[in-house]
Amino acid sequence: MNNHVLRPLLVVILLVVLVLIVRAFYVPKSFGVHQRGYMYGWYRDANVEDWKKFKVKYQGTDYCKDCHAKNHETIMMTPHAIIPCEDCHGPAVDHPSDPAKLTIDKSRELCLRCHYPLAYPTSGRANIRGVDPEKHNPGMECSLCHNPHKPGLEGLK
Amino acid sequence: MISRRDFIKKTVIGVAGASIPVAALELLTPRRLRAEKEDKSRVRWVFLVDTYKCVGCGMCVKACKLENEIPYDANVTRTWVERYVTTKDGKVHADTPKGARDGFITSKIDLGTDGSLDIRKEDIDKAFFVPKLCNQCENPPCVQVCPVGATYQAPDGVVLVDRSWCIGCGYCIMGCPYGVRFFHPVYHTAEKCNFCYHRINKGLQTACVQACPFGARRIGNIKDPRDPVAKIITTERVAILKEEYGTKPQVYYIGLDKEVK
Ligand code: HEC
Ligand code: HEC
Ligand code: HEC
Ligand code: HEC
Repeated sequence: MNNHVLRPLLVVILLVVLVLIVRAFYVPKSFGVHQRGYMYGWYRDANVEDWKKFKVKYQGTDYCKDCHAKNHETIMMTPHAIIPCEDCHGPAVDHPSDPAKLTIDKSRELCLRCHYPLAYPTSGRANIRGVDPEKHNPGMECSLCHNPHKPGLEGLK
Repeated sequence: MISRRDFIKKTVIGVAGASIPVAALELLTPRRLRAEKEDKSRVRWVFLVDTYKCVGCGMCVKACKLENEIPYDANVTRTWVERYVTTKDGKVHADTPKGARDGFITSKIDLGTDGSLDIRKEDIDKAFFVPKLCNQCENPPCVQVCPVGATYQAPDGVVLVDRSWCIGCGYCIMGCPYGVRFFHPVYHTAEKCNFCYHRINKGLQTACVQACPFGARRIGNIKDPRDPVAKIITTERVAILKEEYGTKPQVYYIGLDKEVK
């Protein structure tokens, strides 16, 4: 064959080999077709495990029970028992080693998430007693008077 | 005559084409397809939302963002809560300020750049809250459109995104009829709710389910006949969003209304 055919052919073969080598190294072993077929199941299998290893941050109310027994006991006898501690105090992560303390949010906005009066007929919101923030002691933190762990009026400070 | 330059150009294109995975060209027999669809796993995660119970406190949105490391002040979120108010003149008003990360602490409807609209209590016909999250569709269009196999359906039905594989083309964000996808502000890859995959695989509830004081959100396994959530979905009246798209969403709602899209 002539030189002008052979030489480009060599280039082509080299290119193919190069791409195949790069691909062999670049595409991970676990990449391929899985249970749901090509349309939905074409992926890198190891990623499923990656996601499972993601860090858990919210530990749940039972986690607080032993160390903060008093707060736990108090709130459990009130209508606020249904609210997980971490809703108000933020995720525990590895508390008390990291962070050493959880946040104490005394803002009025925290309480108004539930207690701003919205009497929507078919929503549970209508069943929570609301207070108009412009009339109910404006400018003062709710926890100055109310105990969030003992919201009943007998718990007023 | 073909010039040398043209020849090499065409060759490069040809080689690029030939390097798509050989597996992608393999023919599938219907039998094998069916075998692949028939589940080997005994778990299929589903979600149940009771809109009557939701009070719009937004604790779920806050918990989701903190649990899943979605930058707190960026205006993106994996889950959000919508408020619907129907007035006596037949108009529907809907809003979700900051995705309801801070709940709904005003009666004024957020109209974005147009300010807000205060609706008098007497004018309200219907009003309620609707939590939204990824539907983990049985036929997820977002997965179909991904050109690189970076988003996929895990064997238990949850649609995941491989951050190291995503090229950020955004097709999936356009493809999702429910608008649940967005770009992660830090990783710049497609991002979505994954039912807190790291939690449900450890036997925990998702962060939003755990944070909800009112039991408005629940997660379950539809393949377990004793699962209380599966029981409700299979025996009670529940609805799904945008059924007409054929995506087979797996987030079920109690108390859904025609206004909700
Ligand atoms: C292993 C024991 C332990 C557990 C479990 C624990 N804590 Fe703590 N917590 C501590 C200690 C110790 C401190 C520091 C007290 C101090 O310095 O005054 C603390 C501090 C706090 C503070 C700040 C108190 C203050 O006065 O500033 C809050 C709020 C708090 N914890 C909430 C929680 C919540 C909510 C949980 C459950 C999710 C929890 N903790 C779980 C031991 C624990
Ligand atoms: C409705 C929101 C809310 C919930 C739910 C809640 N807290 Fe608190 N918590 C607060 C607020 C607000 C303060 C600050 C009170 C104050 O300044 O008087 C506080 C204070 C605290 C403190 C520090 C002061 C103290 O009393 O020792 C601890 C510890 C604490 N909470 C633990 C818990 C634990 C544990 C739970 C769950 C069993 C819980 N909290 C549930 C809102 C809440
Ligand atoms: C997640 C929703 C939620 C949040 C946040 C919340 N509450 Fe409540 N609160 C309730 C529910 C539910 C009840 C019981 C229904 C009722 O009594 O209206 C209640 C009851 C109360 C009551 C009346 C208790 C009684 O027995 O008379 C007071 C006072 C109160 N909360 C104060 C607060 C304060 C102060 C905060 C902020 C630290 C707060 N709440 C945050 C849900 C919430
Ligand atoms: C200056 C003290 C004070 C402050 C601050 C305060 N309250 Fe009260 N709150 C009271 C007293 C006293 C009552 C009982 C008498 C009444 O209903 O006004 C009460 C009653 C309530 C009730 C029960 C209402 C009912 O219909 O039974 C709720 C709910 C409540 N407060 C929530 C809040 C919230 C939320 C905040 C913060 C935004 C707040 N309060 C701030 C003193 C206070």
